Amino acid sequence: MTPELHSPALLEMRGITKRYPGVVANDGISLQIRAGEIHALLGENGAGKTTLMNVLYGLAAPDEGEILMEGQTIKIASPHDAIERGISMVHQHFMLVPVLSVADNILLGDEPMKNLVFVDRSVASARIRELGASFGWEIDPDRPVGQLSVGWQQRVEILKAIYRNAKVLVLDEPTAVLTPQETKEIFGVLRRLKAEGYAIIFISHKLYEVLEIADTITVIRRGKVVGSRQPAATNEDDLAELMVGREVELTVDRGESHPAGSMLEVEGIFVNDDRGREVVHDVTFEVRAGEIFGIAGVAGNGQDELVGAVTGLRRAHRGTIRLGGDDVTRADPRRLHKMGVGFVPGDRQRFGLVLSFPLSDNLVLNDYYHPPYARGLVRDDDAILRGAEAAIARYDVRTPSATVPSQTLSGGNQQKLIVAREFEGDVRLLVLDQPTRGLDVGSIEFIHRQAIARRDTGVAILLVSAELDEVLELSDRIGVMYRGRIVEILDGRSASREEVGLLMATGGRSSGIQQQIVETGS
Amino acid sequence: MTAQTRVLAAWQRGRAVALVPALSIAVALLIGAMIMILSSPLVSGEFNPTLPVTAYQAMLSGAFGSFDGVVRTLVNATPLVLAGLAVGIGFKAGLFNIGAQGQFLIGALTAAAAGLALNEASPFVAIPLALLAGMLGGLLWGFVPGALKAYTGAHEVVVTIMLNYVALAVLSWAISGPLRGQNVTFARTDDLVAASLPIFLGRDGHIGLLIAAVSVPLASWLLYRSTIGFEIRTTGANPDAARYAGMHPRNLIIFTMSLCGLLAGLAGASQLLGEVGYMTASFSTTVGFDAIAVALLGRAHPVGILFGALLFGAMQAGSGNMQILAGLPVQMVGVLQATILLVLTAEVVIRRIFRVQASGPELVELASVSASYGGKGTG
Repeated sequence: MTPELHSPALLEMRGITKRYPGVVANDGISLQIRAGEIHALLGENGAGKTTLMNVLYGLAAPDEGEILMEGQTIKIASPHDAIERGISMVHQHFMLVPVLSVADNILLGDEPMKNLVFVDRSVASARIRELGASFGWEIDPDRPVGQLSVGWQQRVEILKAIYRNAKVLVLDEPTAVLTPQETKEIFGVLRRLKAEGYAIIFISHKLYEVLEIADTITVIRRGKVVGSRQPAATNEDDLAELMVGREVELTVDRGESHPAGSMLEVEGIFVNDDRGREVVHDVTFEVRAGEIFGIAGVAGNGQDELVGAVTGLRRAHRGTIRLGGDDVTRADPRRLHKMGVGFVPGDRQRFGLVLSFPLSDNLVLNDYYHPPYARGLVRDDDAILRGAEAAIARYDVRTPSATVPSQTLSGGNQQKLIVAREFEGDVRLLVLDQPTRGLDVGSIEFIHRQAIARRDTGVAILLVSAELDEVLELSDRIGVMYRGRIVEILDGRSASREEVGLLMATGGRSSGIQQQIVETGS
Repeated sequence: MTAQTRVLAAWQRGRAVALVPALSIAVALLIGAMIMILSSPLVSGEFNPTLPVTAYQAMLSGAFGSFDGVVRTLVNATPLVLAGLAVGIGFKAGLFNIGAQGQFLIGALTAAAAGLALNEASPFVAIPLALLAGMLGGLLWGFVPGALKAYTGAHEVVVTIMLNYVALAVLSWAISGPLRGQNVTFARTDDLVAASLPIFLGRDGHIGLLIAAVSVPLASWLLYRSTIGFEIRTTGANPDAARYAGMHPRNLIIFTMSLCGLLAGLAGASQLLGEVGYMTASFSTTVGFDAIAVALLGRAHPVGILFGALLFGAMQAGSGNMQILAGLPVQMVGVLQATILLVLTAEVVIRRIFRVQASGPELVELASVSASYGGKGTG
């Protein structure tokens, strides 16, 4: 399981300290990575993982500490230095140019020249093909990257690193954008790379993935290494406790649900995207009061537009949407809000918050115009502030005060702020779009608990998430969305990961395989 | 929060916001000083390193050294406050109103037309009606680009620039045609009698001054205490969030542009009725543009705009004294104002030089300037 544990480290970081005004982002972190090892770096958002990797990649200069490669102290002042030393990074958001070909993307920044003027692609193309073939990939170097799937784009990123003779590969949350099937494939790739002697730093917050793929797991909290574990000698609860510093319940107990009558009825709706293409076709489902209806699907299969239609930000051009029996197909956000629809938007910084406004203003973003927050045209600042302070206390938003701009909060606290606003009042339907995307374990736990608590008070909840585990853990029923259609509605308590994952990836057309997996999986 | 801590917080916020404009002014004055030294051979035949000191002293004493000077400063600042608000409130909504100049001219023209029609009436009737006419004229000139933006996506920068030219054309047509005076030698209207604003302070302190003074707290109240102001600011800071929150960005764009037009029109009316007394084709050609600099200098905040307008008003008031005592042409003031504007827009540079940390959120106004050219729509 853990090869060459006692071999010398290929890369060593010693006592790395990095201070920013007011915070110590890295506080004497030491780390050893061996060749042929997958070393997982685990920590909540803001724990200091990114800073540490920025130091390694030459994007931030450490205040103290040193970096050693094969026993030699090296200085990394820029990403260029890092690449030269054999350290490459695969970012969470790929650094690829969609209109350029695979070969051009790989060469970008280090183009081989012909006659000092022209880029020499011929040799490079052959080498890329060869490298790909060594992993069993059939790569067309001339294909524009934009035409590739997310999984293949990631492989291009990895190829780019290898092409530049990387010895150490840093992967920042590589599975965040992948389906379970793609994740499995990328794990296969990582294991191959490991077998060939590459050192891999794997950054993640998904505990079961780290347990599956890593040889060593180092946990960082508040800028310090708080522990190091071998996967065989630990489990998810242990890791979560290390990460958060207290005991965490990873899967909230969703308990019994007692669904009542239908609250939201969506009947045969068709919705266009911003470019006028129809991306939701004939979707029908209902959400009952007191249940959580989850929609699973790979991002970009029409979920955004479906949510837009339900929340009044978009119009369905055919079909009807009813809320508690009333036709709301053409209702605008204000009317829906008055009727008791709460909405936690997927892009929280774009829709959910005005980042430059204080917390207090953000908490009344859709209630600012009526009592108690306003009388006529006049805002009641005292009432707004009082309400804000109460909400901040109730929803445990960590902030110095209610008057600081919301952009000073961490992602988790920003989301709690939105939850505090949308979950309150006479809510009948809650639409939760990617409610925990990018959040730390503690905030996820909190938001899941709140959602279940609201369900138990009889609120209908529509949960849309690209995070399959979230949908599986919370939903009473699951609709799987594929290419703009709901291809299947499953029972949330009996559906298996594999079953839903396959439906997400294929739409269930290959029903033979699906049958097999269902049988072997459950 | 007690009243005391609230005042303290406001003071600290104000200081943080005012720091960069203050530094910008200081840098601009230094650059101006260098220009003065470089041009001093033209004035006295040899380099004169103390010329800037003489010039700035003269300017200061011209603007504030006498009662008349102070009144002059206030009178100069009056149209700049109103037109500055017309630009600044637009910034708050994410709109770049380059059309304050056109709105200003149309406001003056409609006020002139109303004033001429009421020349025989009592001042108690003529003054309010002429001012009202000015506001309505400006409002129309703001409503058009607002409505075009809201319903067709036409960019307000393009439309307001074009409407500035239309306003000029309308103005020269009106005063050489229907509004041309009886016994005049060039294209101008007759003197406005009944509608001319009474003087209450010194030689030329007209009541337009009071209108400007009242408009500052009113604008502050609107932006920061009223629900409409909250909607305007939300639309400006994040139009997507405004839509999500159930506001109606289209209506707000039309409302805000109309309000901006109204203020600029009022500036024109007050300038015409209080200062000039008759309408000509060369009527005050740059107030609407100076207003952009004033609004940027004032960080789009009504109180900041008041200070910005006072600064520009004082520079203009002191320019005559500067010419007499330092021998520098009055146009030097234009050079200084332009330098201030340049330095202001180079905010990043100023922050780097003086190592001022970005306060972040309060840069909405500059963001809307740059977004205007990027064509980022709000509709």
